[in-house]
Amino acid sequence: MAAPLPLSGGLLSRPLAWSRRHLFNSPTNAVMTVVVLWLLWATIPPVVDWALLKAVWVGDPAACRAAGGACWAFVGQKYRLILFGIYPYEEQWRPLLAIVLFIVLMLVSAHPASWRRWLFWLWLSGLALVALLMWGGVAGLPFVANDRWGGLPLTLVLSTSGIVLSFPLAVLLALGRRSRLPAVRAASIAYIELWRGVPLVSVLFMASIMFPLFLPEGVTIDKLLRAQLGIILFTAAYVAEAVRGGLQAIPRGQAEAAEALGLGYWQKTRLIILPQALRLVIPPLVGQFITTFKDTSLVIIIGLYDLLSSTKVALSDPQWRGFYVEGYIAAAGIYFLFTFSMSRYSQYLERRLNRGRI
Amino acid sequence: MAEPRPAASSRRWWNDERARGILYQLLLLLGVAGLGWFLVGNTLRNLEQRHIATGLGFLDREAAFGISEHVIAYSPTDSYLRALVVGLLNTLEISVLGIVLATLLGVVMGIARLSSNWLLARLATVYVETTRNIPLLLQLFFWYQLITEGLPVPRQAFDIFGVVFLSNRGLKVPAPLWDGPMLAVTLAFAVAVPASIVLTGWAGRRQEATGRRFPTGRVGAGLIIGLPLLAFLGGGAHLRIDLPHLTGFNFSGGATLSPEFAALLVGLVVYTGAFVAEIVRGGILAVPHGQTEAALSLGLSRLQVLRLVLLPQSLRVITPPLTSQYLNLTKNSTLAVAIGYPDLVSVANTAINQTGQAVEGVSIIMVVYLTISLALSSFMNWYNRQVALKGGAG
Repeated sequence: MAAPLPLSGGLLSRPLAWSRRHLFNSPTNAVMTVVVLWLLWATIPPVVDWALLKAVWVGDPAACRAAGGACWAFVGQKYRLILFGIYPYEEQWRPLLAIVLFIVLMLVSAHPASWRRWLFWLWLSGLALVALLMWGGVAGLPFVANDRWGGLPLTLVLSTSGIVLSFPLAVLLALGRRSRLPAVRAASIAYIELWRGVPLVSVLFMASIMFPLFLPEGVTIDKLLRAQLGIILFTAAYVAEAVRGGLQAIPRGQAEAAEALGLGYWQKTRLIILPQALRLVIPPLVGQFITTFKDTSLVIIIGLYDLLSSTKVALSDPQWRGFYVEGYIAAAGIYFLFTFSMSRYSQYLERRLNRGRI
Repeated sequence: MAEPRPAASSRRWWNDERARGILYQLLLLLGVAGLGWFLVGNTLRNLEQRHIATGLGFLDREAAFGISEHVIAYSPTDSYLRALVVGLLNTLEISVLGIVLATLLGVVMGIARLSSNWLLARLATVYVETTRNIPLLLQLFFWYQLITEGLPVPRQAFDIFGVVFLSNRGLKVPAPLWDGPMLAVTLAFAVAVPASIVLTGWAGRRQEATGRRFPTGRVGAGLIIGLPLLAFLGGGAHLRIDLPHLTGFNFSGGATLSPEFAALLVGLVVYTGAFVAEIVRGGILAVPHGQTEAALSLGLSRLQVLRLVLLPQSLRVITPPLTSQYLNLTKNSTLAVAIGYPDLVSVANTAINQTGQAVEGVSIIMVVYLTISLALSSFMNWYNRQVALKGGAG
């Protein structure tokens, strides 16, 4: 493909051949390579200069302002506020443990061998454990009201509960959408399409200002739980569509065989259809989790202190004004760590599934 | 089935599948109605206790709050209804502009990711992976703070040829004054675009019927450029432009892209562009390479291969997911409320805070977005049918 190289055998011959094939294989590509190289040359040195060479790693705001580079000292100073919000300082090992617990649960769920019925119950008990840890009030742990929860644990609680607790409703909705009973089908379609048609912001507004009006006198639910309920109801519509995809992928013969064996609707669904369908739902569910994980950042609009909110609180410190780029990079890095690894994982799952199919 | 049925009297009604089905549906309807009755009853009682008015009567009252950006005339003495319409128009403005720009960026990036140029493909991949994996709201905050704090004050604004100014007050651009030929040019443009679409349809039908070809591209371009040009020349060929200039501490004249609008637009376009890029890439990869080779061996030119063979097949794959991205962008524009751009949600939020009529306010937001969602998805479904295989199985 490449023309014979004058330097063949020389030290530079392989990189040269590579660049000829991948960067300069046509006049247009050569021009584009030059443009991109110029762009990189114009941007990377200043960025490296700012982020590494002139950066201040430890110090006070004055040192940062004097250096003119990135102020990583700000992140070092505020990382506990960013990570845990206004959770009581000396009790912050509890949210840290909660984060570790979440990561362990995610790693366990990543293995296909764990895609069984107990996985749902494992998550449910994991969430209960996290709630116990965060609230406390038992086993000598001081009670922490949930208006002091914040940072990454809150983001993780909102998003994982959003997926896990919406799952039973989502399965019912997905089955309902494929039901032969017209009223059940209509109700499921109406639920799914209504929630999918409105933006999450309006759902959160509804949770924060309308839910209190819905409740009978004397009953109140605090803001975090209302937001969580809103996220669950909202996510259920999307998860239901993912489950429906899984149901559609099961060949009709399976249902017919189950019916021929004399199984009723619920036996057929519980024993034959769902165990096969829900395994197929895992990859789209990972995608939905990434979306929900990012979307929980909207709770800042109704005044909850998730990861993004606590970053903004850290940025509002008058002593450290102006280091917003560093603060947002730190928060973005945490989000990226979770979402990027999950999206890589879901790509791997898709490849794995396709390999099985071909 | 052929078995003799048991006598009707010995069959219990709950063993009949149809009767059970009707029972389940009745129970569901009763449950939904009961829940509705419970919620509505509680809400009415709570509203009465808090002395909050109900109904849409507040829409006629004076809004008494200002809206910084409005497409139609608006002042605080106008009604809530007009304020909400102003907010809706702002939402539509940012959504339409965002959809157009995100599509352009996404198509370029999607093609770049498939480029044989290693450097370009890597750069596009880095763009897609970073923007997709960071919450949109974080990006919006970043852009907004970058514009309001990172950019210089108007006196030290970056300027391009002294007519375009970029400062922390937003982007100032020259604006044509809407008098004389400008109106005629716009009208001519509005006529030329549908005319060339109709012409393309006619030319296609004629070619299918008679085999004679019509230079659609050239005539269409002539229409779209020529008609407005004629109108411009006919209208006296003069154009008045309002140039922005510095007066005191800020600019006057010209058109402004406010920091809020700019941050929201940049954020939405950059974020959605990454998703569009992935869809475009998937659509292109979905057409087997053999199609290109076969078309080339038939003697079609590269451009013809793209236009007649690749694009029609890719569009079929691209359209459905693209629709949901357009809907996402429209719904994501509600994040405007977090950076203070007066979209529908942010205006409705102010109205709710002033009147206390949360139920009506949130319902208005939801109904409007449902309408937009349904309208856009039915349009895209119609478009999808246009590009779908005709007479195919499905």
